[in-house]
Amino acid sequence: MRPFTYERAASVEAAVKSAAQTPNAKFIAGGTNLLDLMKLEIETPAHLIDVGRLPIAGIEDTADGGLRIGAMATNSHVAADVRVRSRYPVLTQAIVAGGSGQLRNKATTGGNLLQRTRCAYFYDTSKPCNKRQPGSGCGALEGLNRNSAIFGASHACIATHPSDMAVALTALDATVETLSPSGQARSFSILELHRLPGETPDVETHLIPGELITAIVLPPPPAGGQVYRKVRDRASYAAGLASVAVAGGNLALGSVAHKPWRAEKAEAALALGSSPVEAIAAELAEATHSSRNGFKIDLLRRLVPVAVAQANGGEA
Amino acid sequence: MKTTITVNGEARALDLDPRTTLLDALRETLRLTGTKKGCDHGQCGACTVLVNGTRINSCLSLAVMHDGDAVTTIEGVGQVGALAPIQQAFLTEDAFQCGYCTPGQICSALGMLAEVAANQPSQETTDLTGPIRLTDDELRERMSGNICRCSAYPQIVAAIRAVSGLPA
Repeated sequence: MRPFTYERAASVEAAVKSAAQTPNAKFIAGGTNLLDLMKLEIETPAHLIDVGRLPIAGIEDTADGGLRIGAMATNSHVAADVRVRSRYPVLTQAIVAGGSGQLRNKATTGGNLLQRTRCAYFYDTSKPCNKRQPGSGCGALEGLNRNSAIFGASHACIATHPSDMAVALTALDATVETLSPSGQARSFSILELHRLPGETPDVETHLIPGELITAIVLPPPPAGGQVYRKVRDRASYAAGLASVAVAGGNLALGSVAHKPWRAEKAEAALALGSSPVEAIAAELAEATHSSRNGFKIDLLRRLVPVAVAQANGGEA
Repeated sequence: MKTTITVNGEARALDLDPRTTLLDALRETLRLTGTKKGCDHGQCGACTVLVNGTRINSCLSLAVMHDGDAVTTIEGVGQVGALAPIQQAFLTEDAFQCGYCTPGQICSALGMLAEVAANQPSQETTDLTGPIRLTDDELRERMSGNICRCSAYPQIVAAIRAVSGLPA
């Protein structure tokens, strides 16, 4: 690890102020992804602002029948919340499909959204990676790209976003609440949080420097069933190859793009009365693949109709 | 950087480089070498300890993040001559070969059983609104953050089952 200085933020306001004033500062909450990357010197912050004990870890009912989840709520805490389990089961299912028990006990809601890709070329500092070192190229394009993106990729980057939780939040139409260094609070759709790679895959979100996620707000659950299904190389504690979150008529796909992928074409087809098989085919019509990840298209073609049927009370 | 952590019931005042992980503070500074360093990246679980009763990977946490916390390591679970029931169960069930993963397995199991008692779900939990039934599939899923390269898994499951007081 490179040397850094450390402070524990006394308040949300103090945290964003410090982030704005300190060059190369990063927030740390659970630390499970950031410290892993700091050990590899992929992340090299000069200053860490510990936000893990800020009083934004609660889960509360909202006036309209939704839930506000504090950004510091741990993944375990959110997954176990009785309101989440009964009203947003897709969120509990997605969270417990990710990581291990130990990791979920530390990982936070805000940090989970901002975790970095698991692309092998991002992790291997001897290889080119435009995300880790802008301008160095993309090793995955012609390399080991079995787990790369099939939606929204660019010639600069074909990495995927690894979160399971974020896929469920995307299907649930969650809103992100933040505080910026100027003291301004804002909220926006989770669809507006992450960027596609384009020419600048190192810039992964639309957050401004020093802006802190403070909460995730869920609207009342949509009408209809919910389910999260994930396909991976082993039964537990493995990143996904492809996943799907179903929440009523909403569909989001995981591990297939630089961001949680809202399957809007499939949703539109379903709304017009298409079968789930036809609906996912409409979405996959614009999928592209590299040399080794074409199987993800077949996986989704089979996975999504099963998940939709399961959400609607059918057999798994 | 000054940090005070209560380790196995005793307040320990430390002065650490901020880079020091909780794992390294335990092993290198406090010489509590029962907690093991395996992968150092949160993938193997050998470094699992209990922080305020909750299991975490001590390799993926900075010691300075734990100022004021209460940490339990394998040394605090039990000692030779005064083994905790789960330690005795690992012996009785022959739940290890080389033993390197064992401190992490035991601390993880204690944290896991507390999670079950608190009715926290896992991906094997089919009824999210009912009580948890600790089937073997549930137990194995909940312990997937701890690997045993000697592959003593059946005996580890038996040892944890024995102290859980819960039917399969």
